[in-house]
Amino acid sequence: MARITLDGMRHSYSPTPSGDDDYALKRLDLEWSDGGAYALLGPSGCGKSTLLNVISGLLRPSEGRILFDDEDITGLPPDRRNIAQVFQFPVIYDTMTVRENLEFPLRNRGLPSNVARQRAIEIAELLELSDILDQRAAGLTADGKQKISLGRGLVREDVAAILFDEPLTVIDPHLKWQLRSKLKELHQRVQRTMIYVTHDQTEALTFADRVVVMNDGNVVQIGTPSELFEAPHHTFVGYFIGSPGMNVMPCDVRGGQAFFAGDPIETTNANLVKEGATGLELGIRPEFVSFAEKGLEVRVVRVRDAGRSQVIDTERAGTIIRLLLLEGVEVPAETARIAFDSKRTRVYADGWLVE
Amino acid sequence: MALELRSVSKRVGGVTHIHPTDLVLERGSFNILLGTTLAGKTTLMQLMAGLDRPSTGSVWFDGKDVTGVSVRQRNVSMVYQQFINYPNFTVYENIASPLKVAGFDRGEIDRRVNSAAELLKLKPMLQRRPSELSGGQQQRTAMARAIVKDAGLVLLDEPLANLDFKLREDLRDELPRLFADRDCIVVYATTEPVEALLFGGHTATLSEGRVTQFGPTSEIYRRPQDLVSARVFSEPLINVASVQKRGHEFALGNRARWNAVGGTENLADGDYILGIRPHHVTPTPEGAEPVAIEGVVLITELAGSESVAHVDIGEATWVSQAHGIHPHEIGETSRLYADMSRALIFDGDGGRIWP
Repeated sequence: MARITLDGMRHSYSPTPSGDDDYALKRLDLEWSDGGAYALLGPSGCGKSTLLNVISGLLRPSEGRILFDDEDITGLPPDRRNIAQVFQFPVIYDTMTVRENLEFPLRNRGLPSNVARQRAIEIAELLELSDILDQRAAGLTADGKQKISLGRGLVREDVAAILFDEPLTVIDPHLKWQLRSKLKELHQRVQRTMIYVTHDQTEALTFADRVVVMNDGNVVQIGTPSELFEAPHHTFVGYFIGSPGMNVMPCDVRGGQAFFAGDPIETTNANLVKEGATGLELGIRPEFVSFAEKGLEVRVVRVRDAGRSQVIDTERAGTIIRLLLLEGVEVPAETARIAFDSKRTRVYADGWLVE
Repeated sequence: MALELRSVSKRVGGVTHIHPTDLVLERGSFNILLGTTLAGKTTLMQLMAGLDRPSTGSVWFDGKDVTGVSVRQRNVSMVYQQFINYPNFTVYENIASPLKVAGFDRGEIDRRVNSAAELLKLKPMLQRRPSELSGGQQQRTAMARAIVKDAGLVLLDEPLANLDFKLREDLRDELPRLFADRDCIVVYATTEPVEALLFGGHTATLSEGRVTQFGPTSEIYRRPQDLVSARVFSEPLINVASVQKRGHEFALGNRARWNAVGGTENLADGDYILGIRPHHVTPTPEGAEPVAIEGVVLITELAGSESVAHVDIGEATWVSQAHGIHPHEIGETSRLYADMSRALIFDGDGGRIWP
């Protein structure tokens, strides 16, 4: 187990990077504490897999250092980093039994067979694989095989960290839920540093204590799931986390007051906007917009039933403003007025929260 | 004007893939096939398309028997989960290909390709090849090709499954608009209940090769005809428990008792199965008839704006899903409130009898 530190790290796939654009990972300084559950969340091409490969040692960063506790491991190959990894697709031996698969990483490291046996039984118990320990892996479903992959990642007690690369991709939604819960439970039991890469916000938010949101090679925000939801530091975080994402509306600010389409809007931070700030936008999550007696006049353009909630698109001055209301709440037809929760309405400049 | 399946079934080597199915899909409608992997969605689509011949029964299109008429002789478009495009064609040529085959003149091809590209936001990429596109753009190209020839039947087999979460959300938003003004029949297969809900239209729930129910989507969601349909159309899975009705009271083992009201008082005394969705089981009383139930917390998940807890209530494990942050400790006994005014009641065979 280890604390992981990234110190002034950058990576470019080009041998002669000239500008920022040539870097798949822009400058990163991060510290992940021992035993934490972290998620790297972002769209494809954001740099999350590059970062994972740097941590696992498959890739040597162009610049900077990576430390496990106080040891500089930047130049160490993957097999000397003491890391377990679980991939998107099952990596198991089809010809072995489930038990042999689980014991393999331990035997491979020369652990006595009675220890390996005992650990495999424990892990199988946790993952509900006990009943099929002596079956061959070949006959199992994709879900079953991926569970074994997870088990192989979790079986070693001496690892510095366990890395998960989109491990639930092949799993059916109903089972995803169970496995996600299982992983969370396992983390709580074993308290090992775990890093989970995904593009799926639900997986990231449910698994991790802290989520690292990435976009375009940058870390945009690191925070607890509720921080990311409550106070996005960038409009990208607002968009990427939450479903539907945060409303982002063009605005101007005069004398510390924000205006949208000519109407004044109360915010938490318009008074902090500096003279001459550009790219001003308002950010408010659909959860915090409601229909009201007084407020911004809008046109209701679409209502969708999402079961436990309703997604309502309203329009004003060519901008769509979404509301997320509970099941059963009445929705006005055509024209209506909406109000924003002023404690959750914020001004952003060129994408970044004005602070 | 419709697509009609009359007692269509499919058996392969003695194994039933589709049980005899009757289904009528109207022109201009958006239809969802909802079910887990291997429920029979793809097989059913192949039977609709004429890619596969039914073992029994017949397929009718616009009043004509098209059973056994191959897909080539029919005006059908398909989009698959994998992004399938011609790798050596440009995006323009990919979209134009079905029109060229159908012998349209150059002017008409140009007009249609441009209008489809406009709808799917592909205009800037028309001269690129698929390998230069992101996954989302590749799938947009496949969709543009599917809509360009104005097929009478458009089959979309989990087209968003391989896309990033957010891209999926964006395309899910746009998809119904693509077909809004068309007179075709759209069939969309998915494993995700919320996707079905957001599309609206009509939904057929599928389980083990059977269409268990078909009708307007929100009606199927709120009034599932049986427990199987309710399970298919729930995520997380609907909570279930055996309950007893005696006189004016319901009892859930010795965990909870509540008054039978709102019409349920007229049900005969006896044993029933209660079904209640996770978002109607909350840590604080909500809704018209909150009933307290105690259980031991097994797993908790916080996902930014919502809290989920898996709770052992003795007879079963229930899931509670609530807005806001409600921290639970694993292993603690916790009180939940089930809003019984939202409960579904099934008989011993799983048929819905209330509401």
